[in-house]
Amino acid sequence: MAGLATVVLMVAVALAAPLLCAIEGQDPTTFHSDLLDSARGGVPHGSFGGVSADHWLGVEPATGRDVFARVVHGARVSLGVALGATVLELLVGIAVGLGAGFGGRRADAVLSRLIELSLAFPSFLLALALMAIVPQSMPRPLLLACVITAVSWGNVARVTRSQALSLRRRDYVDAARMSGARPSRIAVREVLPGLTAPLLVLAALKVPLNMVSEAGLSFLGAGVRPPTPSWGQMLSTATTWFRADPTYVIVPGGLLFLTLLACTVLAEGVRRAMDPRWGGRS
Amino acid sequence: MIWFLLRRVGAAVVVLLALSAIVYALFYLTPGDPAVLACGRGCNAERLAQTQQKLGLDDPIYVQYWHFLEGLVVGRDYSAGPDVDHCAAPCLGYSFQTDQPVTAMLMERLPVSASLAFGAEAMALLLGVSAGLLSALRRGRPAERILTAVTLLGYSTPVFLIGLVLLLVFCAYLQWLPFPAYVSLTRNPGEWARNLVLPWLALALIQAAVYARITRAGALETLVEDHVRTFRAYGLRERQVIGRHALRGALAPLVTLTAVEVAQVMTAAVLTETMFGLPGVGKLTVESVNSVDLPVVVGVTVLAGTVVVLANTVADLLHAAADPRARPA
Amino acid sequence: MSAVLRVRDLRVSYGGFEAVKGVSFDLAPGRALGVVGESGSGKSTLAASLLRLTEGADVTGEITVAGTDVRTAPEPELRRLRGGRIAMVFQDPLSSLDPYLRVGDQIAEVYRVHTGASRKAARAKAVEVLDRVGVPDAERRARAHPHEFSGGMRQRALIAMALALEPRVLVADEPTTALDVTVQAQILALLTDLRAETGMALLLVSHDFGVIAGSADEVLVLHGGEAVEHGPVSEVLREPKASYTRELLAAVPRIDSPRPARPARRGEPLLRVTDLRRDFVSGPPLRRRTIPAVDGVTFDVRRGETLGVVGESGSGKSTLARLVVRLLEPTSGKIEFDGHDLSGMPERRLRRLRRDLQMVFQDPGSSLNPRRPVGESVADPLRVQGEPAPAKAARALLARVGLDPARYDDHPHEFSGGQRQRIGIARALALRPRLLVCDEPVTALDVSTQAAILTLLADLQDELDLTLIFVSHDLAVVRQVSDRVAVMRDGRIVELADTDTVFDSPAHAYTRSLLKAVPVLDPAAVRGP
Repeated sequence: MAGLATVVLMVAVALAAPLLCAIEGQDPTTFHSDLLDSARGGVPHGSFGGVSADHWLGVEPATGRDVFARVVHGARVSLGVALGATVLELLVGIAVGLGAGFGGRRADAVLSRLIELSLAFPSFLLALALMAIVPQSMPRPLLLACVITAVSWGNVARVTRSQALSLRRRDYVDAARMSGARPSRIAVREVLPGLTAPLLVLAALKVPLNMVSEAGLSFLGAGVRPPTPSWGQMLSTATTWFRADPTYVIVPGGLLFLTLLACTVLAEGVRRAMDPRWGGRS
Repeated sequence: MIWFLLRRVGAAVVVLLALSAIVYALFYLTPGDPAVLACGRGCNAERLAQTQQKLGLDDPIYVQYWHFLEGLVVGRDYSAGPDVDHCAAPCLGYSFQTDQPVTAMLMERLPVSASLAFGAEAMALLLGVSAGLLSALRRGRPAERILTAVTLLGYSTPVFLIGLVLLLVFCAYLQWLPFPAYVSLTRNPGEWARNLVLPWLALALIQAAVYARITRAGALETLVEDHVRTFRAYGLRERQVIGRHALRGALAPLVTLTAVEVAQVMTAAVLTETMFGLPGVGKLTVESVNSVDLPVVVGVTVLAGTVVVLANTVADLLHAAADPRARPA
Repeated sequence: MSAVLRVRDLRVSYGGFEAVKGVSFDLAPGRALGVVGESGSGKSTLAASLLRLTEGADVTGEITVAGTDVRTAPEPELRRLRGGRIAMVFQDPLSSLDPYLRVGDQIAEVYRVHTGASRKAARAKAVEVLDRVGVPDAERRARAHPHEFSGGMRQRALIAMALALEPRVLVADEPTTALDVTVQAQILALLTDLRAETGMALLLVSHDFGVIAGSADEVLVLHGGEAVEHGPVSEVLREPKASYTRELLAAVPRIDSPRPARPARRGEPLLRVTDLRRDFVSGPPLRRRTIPAVDGVTFDVRRGETLGVVGESGSGKSTLARLVVRLLEPTSGKIEFDGHDLSGMPERRLRRLRRDLQMVFQDPGSSLNPRRPVGESVADPLRVQGEPAPAKAARALLARVGLDPARYDDHPHEFSGGQRQRIGIARALALRPRLLVCDEPVTALDVSTQAAILTLLADLQDELDLTLIFVSHDLAVVRQVSDRVAVMRDGRIVELADTDTVFDSPAHAYTRSLLKAVPVLDPAAVRGP
């Protein structure tokens, strides 16, 4: 429940980012070099990374951009990419998985190999490499979502396929065949409802995983490009400042951690609710 | 058994071939002329043509890929006019940036990554398996709840975040450990370990969470299995029942999982190396990606793929060795 | 002789639920007590409590094994007791042995724990007991893993494990339930022999009155955790005192009593199957083998009759059932239904014929979609075939099979096994089929539920003029319901004749061995004390 609340809160923050910034009176891209101590190499003046009434969470070292504004805008990128990639993965994965599960022996052979191949690969490395060669003109968050999808749809496809295959062997599917139902009707009426539970669980788990991927890519400089903010990218800059300005590590790091924790707890909750042993059913 | 082995190895080779083909095609068919990238700064038309000829970039893609494979297996020669560079097998070409042979670059960096990965993996298995077993055996007690909470934390924290926190605590505040810098194992084992403790820990904590979870689930499952009950009913001590009859079943899935997790460890290793500034293959990857150094990128991905496929093949064989039911008749 | 096992006012409860409610009995050396009851009667809990294997349960009363109080014995004493003085054989021999270790090593391990014998001596002992329980080539088989053993051999290995320690009491909890009837007869005979030879007492738990009748001296009937009747087997069989025992005995299908005569069916067959074959392919490529599951079967089914198909596991009877309704494609051969050739008929054309051909499945748990209301499952065939008012008809069908039509919207898990099978039958009858294939329809059910379902099927057959193919491993059930019987073995029909002919004067040796293996409820046939 707490997990759900936190996730909802984060989504709300991300959606309301411009509004929240307007209330604070700051935007994520303006430099405030006057707030930095150039004698100490650009660390913000004041305690806790320059926290003040104007800048609720302080300013960035070296640039002086407002941390609060960057963090709430960063939430949009982090959550947006994670959710977008999850949706895309589900679309691709379910399509391939159902194709393999229902498309007959030959389609299954081909698609299964494809799924295995995609699972055999260290996906993050491939994503990293792909980010280097994708066209630079497209919006980076969209690209990120696509690249993450391209390297990690295999899981969804595998689960869909194995579930479809196991559900297809149930007696009640045979019973439906006995009544003369067409394969399409059987797939929709008898098999799909059985698929929703495991896929929902998987999707819930995928969101935090994708979020980690996005943060990781941005951390390595292969994600969103400045001045667009993202939590991973902020953490990347923070690595060089962790001794001088710990606040700058704690804010995006803490948020990322909290959100991931909430997502994982939520996923766990979904899993329990869907597990027949816990008395849940959909 | 021999037949099973051959089949597994054969399948691995096929997967690797497919993998390398996809990677090669992906990177050399993308917009942006590889020749321009290879030619580097101060490029002119003449040098561009020379580079193109030397690297065989004017050949059709499948010929290029064939040469690439040839290079891997028997080595290949690059010739532009009179001078011939021989690149011995396994040849992955030369870096666009530094003109060094990619194979040598990888070999130079591999010990760093291997030190990191093996150390962290050992630590993770130790931590994860003991935590998982403990929480399964202490079911319903506070110890279980604490362990579950810790696992959940480990599960949901990216490695660079853990790394940053570790740095903050151990280097900045407590100043117990140096900011990691790689020291070769052969030169000074003590320093090697001291410098790697933090990266190991960062990487291990995340993996340990995964292992703890699987161990716990496996142990809970086997503890209620019928054959465990049989040995209880025949007067074995609980310790004997668990040690001889439950543990094996509980840990069997770990063999497969460890192999699957190799890909995850690689991901985390890239981040860890960058985070701690360790000169490993992961850092090389990031550098080559940022500078679009195609031969290095292809080399790294092929190497990574090989490691993953090898790990999976070994795991399959181990699984067959451990579980008599998985052995082909 | 004084009792080696003494139980007084035993009560076992989990949480607030009392599974065993005050049971008392004595068991003397060399004697056998049968505990019979349906599911939920508390018989397995009773068996487990004798070794204090009831974890988390509240046990009161007295359990004394060879002078030791099981309930209060300290841990070391309890460990010596378990296996050493009272050993247990479990129902499922497949999962009761450690799959990772060799069979001989598992027996040797238990032996060493109790006797402190050397490795070598323990191994020798393992081979000796395996040989004693009739595992052929015991020396070599001791080095095999459990999955390389057949079900019957695994159960022998478990009995060998018990035997190695020479316990005073052997508790066998449904030891033959997972086994074929001929294997069951061998295991029961082995238990009787061992009892006579070693003087150990046997507590045999079973749901099958026949098993108890042939192998026990006394019987204790459990119902809802209470011992409703206790006495010598022959007496209880001849004159059951408790009304529950009488009902239970009446519900047991009798292989020795012919089914009430029905007018013989003559005339055109509804279904004619000619040289039907179905191969399954298995094994790795290059070493692929073709295994015929159904190997050239020919028979016909006349309008309105019931053809029983009986066979042990692996005989191909379920494959045959699925072939007949074309859930499986035949490899070769002909299936003619009312003049149409079903074999090779494209699915599209088959769909219209489906309404005449329906099936009732074995496991009512998996034959209903757990995520859909049961009424929908029953109404579905009507909807698919475009019948008017499917929901209304489904309610009427539910009522016809003895369920409350108001439960249309309930999900399968809210029903008992017997009720689910009623729903399965309602669905199969929704389209008013002419041929109904029942694949082990009562196997998963308790005896009394079984009887009720069989009665329902018989009523419906008369009412709707159904033709039935009834597939079962249970010879007694088949005798009760069939007009004619086909006996299957290794994919072939070895005998096909009128029910009475097959059961009273079987022509084939295999049929005779099957019939001989079936436990009988005849008090006269009960072994004397």
